[in-house]
Amino acid sequence: MSDNKTSATKNPESAIGKPSKGMSQVGRHILVHAVLIFFTFLCLFWFYVLFVNATRSHAELNRGFTPFFSKYGLMNAFNLVVPNSTVTLDSFKDSTFWKYVFSADFLVSCWRSNIVRGMFNSAVIAGASSLLCVYFSTMTAYAIHAYDFKFKKAAFMFILAIMMLPTQISALGFIRLVRTMKLMDNYIPLIVPAIAAPVTFFYLKQFMDSSLPHELLESARIDGAGEFRIFNTIALPLMKPAMSVQIIFSFVGSWNNYFTPNLILEDQKLKTLPIMIAQLRTADYLKFDMGKVNMMIALSILPVMIVYVFLARYIVGGMTVGAVKG
Amino acid sequence: MSEKTKRRPHSIMRFNIWGYIFLVPFFVVFIIFQFIPLCSTIYYSFFEYYRAGLKEVGPNFVGLQNYIEIIKNGDLLYYFRNTMIMWVAGFIPQILVSLLLAAWFSDPSLHIKGKKFFQCVIYMPNLIMASAFAMLFFTLFAKTGPINSIYVDTLVWCSKHFPFLQPVFDFLHLQPEAVDFLANVHWTRGLVAFMNFLMWFGNTTILLLAGMLGIDTSLFEAAEVDGATATQIFFRISLPILRPILIYVVITSLIGGIQMYDVPQILTGNSGNPLVHGHLTSMTLIMFLNQNLYSKNYGLGGALSVYLFVITAILSLIVFRLNTKKDND
Repeated sequence: MSDNKTSATKNPESAIGKPSKGMSQVGRHILVHAVLIFFTFLCLFWFYVLFVNATRSHAELNRGFTPFFSKYGLMNAFNLVVPNSTVTLDSFKDSTFWKYVFSADFLVSCWRSNIVRGMFNSAVIAGASSLLCVYFSTMTAYAIHAYDFKFKKAAFMFILAIMMLPTQISALGFIRLVRTMKLMDNYIPLIVPAIAAPVTFFYLKQFMDSSLPHELLESARIDGAGEFRIFNTIALPLMKPAMSVQIIFSFVGSWNNYFTPNLILEDQKLKTLPIMIAQLRTADYLKFDMGKVNMMIALSILPVMIVYVFLARYIVGGMTVGAVKG
Repeated sequence: MSEKTKRRPHSIMRFNIWGYIFLVPFFVVFIIFQFIPLCSTIYYSFFEYYRAGLKEVGPNFVGLQNYIEIIKNGDLLYYFRNTMIMWVAGFIPQILVSLLLAAWFSDPSLHIKGKKFFQCVIYMPNLIMASAFAMLFFTLFAKTGPINSIYVDTLVWCSKHFPFLQPVFDFLHLQPEAVDFLANVHWTRGLVAFMNFLMWFGNTTILLLAGMLGIDTSLFEAAEVDGATATQIFFRISLPILRPILIYVVITSLIGGIQMYDVPQILTGNSGNPLVHGHLTSMTLIMFLNQNLYSKNYGLGGALSVYLFVITAILSLIVFRLNTKKDND
C-alpha cells in the first residue's frame, strides 16, 4: 500500500496505468509508441502503395512492386481523364500537347470521361444533399428545442427510436416508389431523403441544448422578429460550428454511398464515382491499364483525404459529442 | 417546462404552433421516402411476385409462404452466417485494440507524443469510400498484385540467403508462386473482416476515449491510494463504468455489420465467391437483398427485408434505451 505512494506523489496527474510493477516507465513508453506507430503504419500502408502504383506505368506494375514513386503519375491521370488517349512521357515535351491541354477541346473530352463525370455527379449529389440535410436537421432540432407543444416529447422519442434503422430495409419499397414517381435516373431520390436524417438531428439537438439559450430567442421575440427569421438569423449562426462538422459527415457519407445510387441510376452519364469503381471491378479487369486503374482509385479517395488533412482536428473532436456518455 | 409556460402566458399558443411547422419537412420526407416504402415492402412480402425472363408473375397473395421458403431453402441462414462470421472476425480485434488504445490515450502518465496525430490517422480510414477501399484491396491482393509480388520476392530472397529456412517453408507449404487469395474462403472472409477492422477501430477508439475521459478522476486517485495496480484499475473501475458505452458500440457495430455490403460486394465482384459445396461463402444479407432487387424478385426480397427489419428494430430498441436513459440522468 505504502510502496505506491512514492510514485503517486512523483506523478500527481497520473490516473490509470501507472507502472507500479513489472515494466519500467521507459520500457512502457517505448512499447506504447511502437504499438501506435504500428497501427499508423497499418492505416497508411495501403494508401501509400496505392499512390505509388498510381504513378507507375502498366509495364512497371507488371514487373512487380517497388516502394518508390515513379514518374508516370501525370501520364496516367491524363490518359484517365481523356478517353481513348494514349500519351507517353514524350508528349509532355511537345508544345502542341500543352496547347491542347489549355484548349476548350480538352475540357470537352474530359467531360466525356467516366471519372470526371462521376466526380462531378458525386459532388452535385453530395453537395446538395449535405446542405439540405444539415439545414433541415437544424430546423427539426430547433422545433424540439425552442418550442413547447403537445407532441414534442413523442416526436423526439420517435426520431430517436428510428435513428438506428438502416435504409436498406425499405429499399424495395423505395425503388418501387421511385419507379412509380418516374424518378429513376434522377437525383431527387438521392438528395431529398437526406432531409430526414435522425443521426444528424440528434447531434445538432445535443449541441443546441448546450449553446442556444432560450433567453436569447425570447429577447429576439420581444424585438418583434418573426419565428422563421429568428431561426435563420439568430439560431443558425450560433449553430455554425456543429453544422459545419455535420456537413462534412453528411457530404462524405453521400460521396461514399454505393447502395442507393446503384439502384436508382441506370444511365451511364448520371452514375456516381462508387458505381464507376464497382464497374471497374466487374469489367474484364486484366485488360485495363493498371496505372490508370490505380490512378482512378487514388483520385476517388484523394478529395476526402485532402479535406481530412485540413479538418481532421474538428472532425475527430466533433464526432464524439452525440455519443453515449459513460 | 411548466415554469416556462407561466412566464409567457399570452403568446404561448401563437409561438408554439411553429414547433409543428418546423417539424413538417422532416416528417413529410420521412413518410414519403421511408415510411411508405417500408409499408409497401412489408405488403409485398406476402405476395408471390417475381419476374421470370420477360414475364411478370403475380402479385398473388400467398400469406407467409415467402417467409417459409426463404428459411427452408437455406439461403437466408447461410448468408446470415457469412455476415456474422465476417462481422465477428472484424469486431473482436476492433474492440480489443480500441480498448487498449483508448486506455493509453486517456492516461496522462504515459506522456504520448503526438496523441492528436495518432488519433487523426487511425480515424482516417473511416472516411474513405468503402467501394474504393475494397477495389484497392482487390488490386493489392490480386494474383498479379503488389502483395503477391512482395511475398514471392521475400520468399525467393530468404531461400537464397538463408537456405536453412527452406525446410520451414516446405513445412508451411510456402512456395514462391503467386497465391490466389480471393479463391480461398478464409482469405476472402479474412480480408473483408480486416477491412472492416481497419475502417472502424479508429472510430471506436475515439468513442471509448470520450467515455474514459468522462470518468471522474478522483475514482482513480482513490484506487491508487488504496494500492490498486493499473490492470486492476482498468478491469475493476474503467470497464464497469464504460459498460453502457461498450454496449452502445457493440450494438451499433452489429447493426452496421448486418448492413455489410460495399466491401464484400466489390471485393468479390458482385459474386459472393468463393463457391464451396454449392454455397457462396462471402455473400452477405444485403448482397442477397440487392440481388433480389435487381432480379425484381419482390416477394422474397420483401420477406428478407422484413426479417432484417425485425432484427435491426430489436437492436435499435437497445440503443434507444441507452440514449434515453442518459437524458433522464
